[in-house]
This record gives sequence, C-alpha cells and structure tokens, in this order.
Amino acid sequence: MKYWIITTLFAILILSKGIGQGIEEIDGDGIAALLQKYNDTTYVINFWATWCSPCVKEIDFFEELHTSSRDSKIKVILVSLDFPNQVEQSLIPFLEKKEISAPVMLMTDLDYNSWIERVDKSWSGAIPATLIYNKEQRVFLEQELTLDELFENVNQIMN
Amino acid sequence: MKKELFTTALTFIAIIAVNAGLKPGDKAIAFSLKNVDETTVSLSDYSDQKGVILVFTCNPCPFAKAYEKRIIQLDQKYASQGYPVVAINPNNAEISPEDTFENMKVRAEEKQYPFPYLKDETQEIYKAYGATRTPHIFLLENKGGKFKIAYIGAIDDNAMDAAAVTQRYLEAAIGALISGDTPNPNTTKAIGCVIKAKE
Repeated sequence: MKYWIITTLFAILILSKGIGQGIEEIDGDGIAALLQKYNDTTYVINFWATWCSPCVKEIDFFEELHTSSRDSKIKVILVSLDFPNQVEQSLIPFLEKKEISAPVMLMTDLDYNSWIERVDKSWSGAIPATLIYNKEQRVFLEQELTLDELFENVNQIMN
Repeated sequence: MKKELFTTALTFIAIIAVNAGLKPGDKAIAFSLKNVDETTVSLSDYSDQKGVILVFTCNPCPFAKAYEKRIIQLDQKYASQGYPVVAINPNNAEISPEDTFENMKVRAEEKQYPFPYLKDETQEIYKAYGATRTPHIFLLENKGGKFKIAYIGAIDDNAMDAAAVTQRYLEAAIGALISGDTPNPNTTKAIGCVIKAKE
C-alpha cells in the first residue's frame, strides 16, 4: 500500500514536471540562493525574456554552452523574465520551437526592485544580463554576448 | 608630461561621468528634441512647472506597453498639479524599426498621448541621463528655475498587473516633493528592455 502511494506520487511528480517543460519558478530569495553556491561548478545564469530581441539572439549560444558542457562542471540556467501570465502563450512555445534543453526558471517576483541588486549592485535592470561565477570568481555582464564572448568569459572564470 | 597626465585624467573622469549618468540631487540636463507633432520641445519650456516626469520609453517593449496606460494616467493626474509627463524615445530606429519617428507618430495618435513624445535622434540625451532601459523614469524637480533630479527608477512594483501593485514608487516620490520632502527611496530598479543603440 505504502509502495503504491509512493509510486503514484512519483508518477505525478514526473508528469507535472513534463508539463510546461519543467519550468521551475523562482523568486528573489531563490535567485539570491542560486548565486551563492560555492562548490566545484561554474554557474552561468542568463536573465532573458522571449520579447527581448537581443536575448533571443544570444539564447542559442547558451544552449550550445549547455549541450557542449554536459559532462563538465558548468551549469547553465536561463532565468526567464517573461510575465507569469505569458508562460503558456509565449515562453513554452518559444522553448519548444528553439528546442531549448538548458534548464529554464521563471521569475515570479515582479517587485524587481527588491531583488535586482541582490544579483549585482551594478545591474540597472536592462536585459540581457548574465552572471558567471564559481567559488573563486564572478563576472556580471549587462550586455548581449556573442558565442565567442560567452565562451571566453566562461573560460576566464574557470581558469 | 604633466599636462598630458592631466588631460588623460580629465578624459578618464569624463568617461566615468558619461557612464554613470545622473543621480538624485544632480542638475538635470537640458534637451531640445523633436516632438511627434513636429514642434520642438525643450526642458526650459517647463520652467513654470513644479517638475517634470521624464519617461524614457518606446513603442515595442512589452514593459513600455504594459506601463503605457499608467503613464497616460500619471499625466492626467499630475500635470494639473505641476508635474506633467514628457516622454522620450531613445531607441535607434535602424536597430528597432518600430521606433521610427513615423511609427512614434502613429503610436501617439492611436493612444491619444496627452504628453509630448520626443525622439532622441542623436541618442545623446538618454546617455547623458544614464537611462539604460525602457521604461526608465527620471523625476525632475524645479528648484528656482533649475531642474534637479529627485527620483530615478520604476513606476511601481508590478509591471504585469496594474491592479496588483502594492508600492507606487513614482507617485510616492511626487507626493514627497508636493509636501516638501525628499523622496525615499530616491532610486529603484526595474527590469526593462535595453535601449537600442548603434555599437
């Protein structure tokens, strides 16, 4: 009986993960925690939205970094700033069309002022913006990146 | 040598100044820009007002669109109290074709903007102010004929849903000025579309 309940719960968990491509929601505290993981991994966190044309231009580069570094200690996370009421209409179709496999998180705290500076003091709030860090180094880039710029910055942080 | 060093230092300071933009308390930068009605609008035209709600905004940005109605309402509410809205479109139209002067005219007409909608054609004004995104608000206060920056940042704390707003940052700042106080906070941050400039 117990076993059956656990199996069912697991099934529900897996199914619900599948809906919306497993877009995890994140708030200001979640972001702050995500930026303070001091382990062996280098985190590449990109703030973007489907409506932001420079973000859309560079998103393939983050996907490429994600797929090319699956076995290495690099973790790419795409934090979407699409409005939560636009997920079904804009975010999911976009991710499906672009075949994005990198993890995507949806920011649900719309009082941006309460968390922007927790990401980086210098951030004005314009996107795209990318934070690359590990336990030793950190760089915040409030700009659109080329593929080369992205990989160069990641390499610099890792070396 | 000394002179050279001095010039280098000056250039360096100038670069820092340009990048940093304006802060609350700083003197506002004068502008004279073309409005959608083909007239030229200058900051000095507002010298008989108590202040100006300067809004860097644009046509296509979803955040600008989400705030468009609220910006119109701000003008309707505060212009009569001496704080009219002046909107400036800072985007380069080659990069952002929806932001051509013609498209700005269409937008202003369609939405019946009660305020001027100016084109920062040379992109010097937004850079001088240090605006980085749309919408980006600079609340100016008229102090004896000279405009000073009183508040920089967001309109409120919910771009998606005006009905769900809990903190009206800009209105609180205007309220502070009306009652002779200094806005607190005098700076807030918000997500917005990066201003489109040529490399």
